[in-house]
Amino acid sequence: MKKLLAPLDNAVGLAVLATVLIAVGTAMTFFYAPVDVDGLNQKIFYFHVPIALTAYATFGWGAWKALVHLWKKKPGADLESYVAIHQGTIFGALTLITGSIWAKLRWGHWWLWGEKELVLFLIIFLFYCTYFMLRYSIEAGPRRANISAVYALFGVILIPISFLAIRLATNYIHPVAFTKQGPQMAGSQFATFLVCLAAMWTLAGALYRLELLGKRLDLKIRELRELVL
Amino acid sequence: MSAAAGMSGRRGRGGLVGYLGDVATLAAKDLRIEWRARDTFPAMALFVLSTMTIFHFALPSGSSDRAAQGMLWVAILFTALLGLTRTYAPEREQGMFDGLLLSPVDRSAIWLAKVLATLVFLAAVEVVALLAFWLFFAHVGGAMIAAVVLADIGLCAVGALVAAMATASRSRELILPLLLLPLSVPVVVGAVGASVDTSTGKYLAFLALYDAIFSLIAWGTFEYVVAE
Repeated sequence: MKKLLAPLDNAVGLAVLATVLIAVGTAMTFFYAPVDVDGLNQKIFYFHVPIALTAYATFGWGAWKALVHLWKKKPGADLESYVAIHQGTIFGALTLITGSIWAKLRWGHWWLWGEKELVLFLIIFLFYCTYFMLRYSIEAGPRRANISAVYALFGVILIPISFLAIRLATNYIHPVAFTKQGPQMAGSQFATFLVCLAAMWTLAGALYRLELLGKRLDLKIRELRELVL
Repeated sequence: MSAAAGMSGRRGRGGLVGYLGDVATLAAKDLRIEWRARDTFPAMALFVLSTMTIFHFALPSGSSDRAAQGMLWVAILFTALLGLTRTYAPEREQGMFDGLLLSPVDRSAIWLAKVLATLVFLAAVEVVALLAFWLFFAHVGGAMIAAVVLADIGLCAVGALVAAMATASRSRELILPLLLLPLSVPVVVGAVGASVDTSTGKYLAFLALYDAIFSLIAWGTFEYVVAE
């Protein structure tokens, strides 16, 4: 029981830390970092970019766990990979939403195909949404774990390839490259950005721990129920 | 079943030659099945022609050739999808998959054989498609043909793997397009770029890169997709 509860301590600790960091990050965003030449709308940058980086990190973590599953046959790695990708998809959705808001405020459109990062995210997001459809249409078991793992590995290959593809596509879709030549980041802006990034990573870690705990508990209960019946 | 029985005779023939022999046997089996049943090819050919007819009406007058070239790639991609839904149909319908897995061949050889067989179907359909495109819409250049060849390799390499995933899933035909379309975005970029842009070399090189990377990873991971 103690072993089962150990990750909870971790999750609670991470959640507290995430709350503090988010509060500090938000305060720094509005009171410490100077208002950019772009105006107030630039503030969303402190959330949008860390959220996007968190999504990439969790997708990477999911692929790493998938590799551990295929390579070492470690029990539980499949579940960890799934939970990481689940978190990644949530942060991915938030990236698309915050990116859309930024695009609307800055350029007056909710969606801009010229925004390469957002387009890349859309492809990756669609790819990972299918992960859940695939996973839940296969019966639970070793084969589902293997197929999910292979799919998760394809994801981390698709990210750089799609990135390259979008760079190439702008040549024939948007002959005039979209440049957002912002001013150099000031030290205070960079510090705020780093705090927000740390906040998002801790938040993702806390959510990952929490979901993992729930899923493990669920499995445990199911096993016990089968023993009783 | 005769194919599996024929292969068990190959036990002991190892090395690259043995591997390629297995691949050739398996691919020949798929082509022979298609030759006798004629299930897939006529359907794909008819589909691509129907799609192009639809495109004629979908493109308003005054649309440029560039739009038509983009449409051609939509047609090719969807036709490939149609063919890929049938990739493992003979195995599934005849209960051959277990036989294949039990036969003493490397699992990746099964994938490679499927890629080759699908490539043959797709190439045959594209001969029809490109002729029709040239007849109905616009000129077909050398760069476009090179792009078709390179895009086919990538689509078949990834397609043969995700089709195996879809076979394991309850929602087979439903999930295959969802699996393949996000993965084929880079193929479309490379192929359309090579067809419409002036610097074709860059796009063809990108397609070759895609083919190399995804073939390698599909070849290495196919075993896990089919194994219990």
